[in-house]
Order: sequence, then C-alpha cells, then structure tokens
Amino acid sequence: MADTMQFDLVSPEKRLASFAASEVLVPGSEGEMTVMPEHAPVITTLRPGIVRAKGEKGEEEFIVTRGIAEISSGSVAIIAEQAFPRADMSRDDMQALLEEARKAAETASEQERVSAGKFVEELAHFVENMA
Amino acid sequence: MPSLKDLKNRIESVKNTRKITKAMQMVAAAKLRRAQEAAEAGRPYAEGMNKVVGSLAAAAANGEGPKLLAGSGSDQIHLLVVMTAERGLCGGFNSSIVKLARQKIEDLRAAGKAVKILTVGKKGREQMKREFEDIMVGHVDLSEVKRVGYENAAAIARDILARFDNGEFDVATIFYNRFQSVISQVPTEQQIVPVSPAPSESGADGEEGDTGSVVYEFEPGEEEILTELLPRAVATQIFSALLENGASEQGARMSAMDNATRNAGEMIDKLTIQYNRSRQAAITTELIEIIAGAEAL
Repeated sequence: MADTMQFDLVSPEKRLASFAASEVLVPGSEGEMTVMPEHAPVITTLRPGIVRAKGEKGEEEFIVTRGIAEISSGSVAIIAEQAFPRADMSRDDMQALLEEARKAAETASEQERVSAGKFVEELAHFVENMA
Repeated sequence: MPSLKDLKNRIESVKNTRKITKAMQMVAAAKLRRAQEAAEAGRPYAEGMNKVVGSLAAAAANGEGPKLLAGSGSDQIHLLVVMTAERGLCGGFNSSIVKLARQKIEDLRAAGKAVKILTVGKKGREQMKREFEDIMVGHVDLSEVKRVGYENAAAIARDILARFDNGEFDVATIFYNRFQSVISQVPTEQQIVPVSPAPSESGADGEEGDTGSVVYEFEPGEEEILTELLPRAVATQIFSALLENGASEQGARMSAMDNATRNAGEMIDKLTIQYNRSRQAAITTELIEIIAGAEAL
C-alpha cells in the first residue's frame, strides 16, 4: 500500500502545487475531510476554506474559494477557481475578496443569485473564523 | 524621375518604418513569451476540469442531465462567438478567424439554421460588421484589459449562459486561433454549449490508477455538482481559447513584423541604388555640360 499520493492544486491561471502528499485536508461543501492514500474515488465541490497538504517538506497551506476536488486512490486533484498560498493572504486581502464576492452577488442574474449569496455567506464565515 | 531630394526623403521614411516594425517585432516577441507561459500555466486547470466534466457526464449520461449538458433539444439557432484581436498589424490573424466563421455561417444558412454572432475583440467586429451587422447580438471589448485573466473569461461565459437561459440560441461555438508555433496558428472552431468535454491532448497526465473507468462517488449529488460545474467548464473553455488566441496573436504579429522589417530593408537597398544612380547621372550630365561649354570656347 502506497503511503503517499499525488497532490495537485491548480487554479485557472497556474499550477500552485504538485507533490507527493501523505495527507490532505479538503474543505468539501458537505464538510471537511482528510484524505489519505487509498481513499475511495470521490468528486466533491468545495467551499471557501483551507487546503492543508502534508508532504515531504512539511505541511503546506492554501486558501481556496470555490472549486472541485477529484479524489481517487492515488491522487487528489483540486481544481479551484481561486487559490492562494496561505502565507500570501492577509486578513485585508480576504476582506477584499469578500467585498468582490458581495458585489458579484448583487449584480448576479436570478438563477445565480442563490448560489452567489450562499458563496458570500460561506466566505464571510470563513474570513471571520480565519484570524 | 524623382529628384535626388525626393529619393533621400523616401529612404529616410522607409528607414523610420523599419525601425517601427523592428520595435513591434521585439515587443511581440517579449509578449509572446509571456502569453505562451500563461497558456501553458492554464493548461493543467483546463485538463483537470475536462476530466471531471468527462467523468460526471459519463455518470449522468443515463439520466436527462441539466440543459447545459443535454442541450435544449433543438439545434435551430446557432450562436457563433468570434474571438479576434483588439489590434491589427498581425498578418492574417484576424482574417483567418473571420474567414472560418464566415464559412460556417454560410454552411449553417445553407442547412436552414438561424445564426447569431457575438464578437470578442474589435478587429473581428469590424470585419464581420460589413456583412452580418443585422445578426450581431453583442460585443465584448477587451481593449482595456492588459492581461487576460480568468475573470474576463467568466464574464463572457456569464453573458453567453444568460442568453442560453433566455432561449436565445441552442448551440454555441467559439472561433479562435490555436497556437501551434510562431509561424503557424490554426483557426479552430469549438462547440461550448451544450458542453462537450474536449478530449485532452496529453491523456491522463501520467497519474497511476487514474483511468476514466474509475467510478466516483459524488458529494453532493451528480446533478448539484453538474449545475455548479458546467458554467465554469464553459468559462474554462473560453479562458483557454482566450489564452491560445493571445499567444497566437503575438506569434502572428511577430512573424508579420519580421516580414515587414525584411521588406523595408529590401526597399531601402533598392532606393539607395536608385539614389546613387541618379546622383551619378546628374554628375555625368554636369560634366558633359562643362566639357561641351569648354569646347565651344
């Protein structure tokens, strides 16, 4: 049994991380989960939160907003709409993101309003608890 | 026969032109590198997205699936999204896209379908306007955008999806130039609505045990993920098209400007020879006049 799995984190603009991890914390929309190697294949949507991957060089943390995680026995691929290394994001940056999301929610079309509103709520919750 | 002064002026002016085209070529080369890097950096995301959509589509294939995946049940009205550059001076870059789109419009019309056009980029709009102004439904202006970001693509996708929800069209296709190399860009058409996962080029990224046959669990349900994911899949396809287009534009401009610089050089050589000849002729004439004058004495 393998004790590591391939961990990839990509955003539309670049690949943020790609290494072998022994454990990955994924902020799934139905709840956080820690993924270990040989996990059952799952595809889940993400909510705003922290992705924490334990690799050879220690733990790395990333902030993701929305996206999808594709988990199979040998790999975890996180396809995030926005992703940043944790260290790069201050509280103010997160506030700015939140403002942006709020604005987007206000101008969203009717079908989108529900999900945009939910997104703002989740993001606000996350920013509050971040500190 | 132009006078010596005229020739000299022309040589000067062509030299200035050469300087400009040379500078544009070098700027394009620098931008091309950045655009290529951006296109490369965006690829893993697009591939990952495609893969997830692919496995979702396979899982949802038995059911009806959302409208975005299954289509609106008809293919009467086509929306063509013509993506071109904001600037000219890049060889056949814009024309080749417009040509492909025009061909498609003719084919669709011959098949009795209705066509609508959405343009991205000023140059394409100018060219399409001549013939198809009556069926152009919108335009996206990116001239203020320095670096194309995902947000731009998401905005275009929102616009297109809103139109789809309103039943304005049944099938959407994007037209852009796929970057192959500096000297070759391929005009490409790609259907984006209903969503059809594009076959990824590099396969499964070399990951082990990660074939398409894996049966995934879905959290929340397939339907929920699909409704959330499909609009983003559309945005992703538009985003990679924008990036490819950006790289292609710079590549096309670079080779066009390279040609222009070379032509200007040839032109200068030719004009210089002409200049020297007429100077020589003028001197000879003067000499003959002097000798003739001396002999007459």
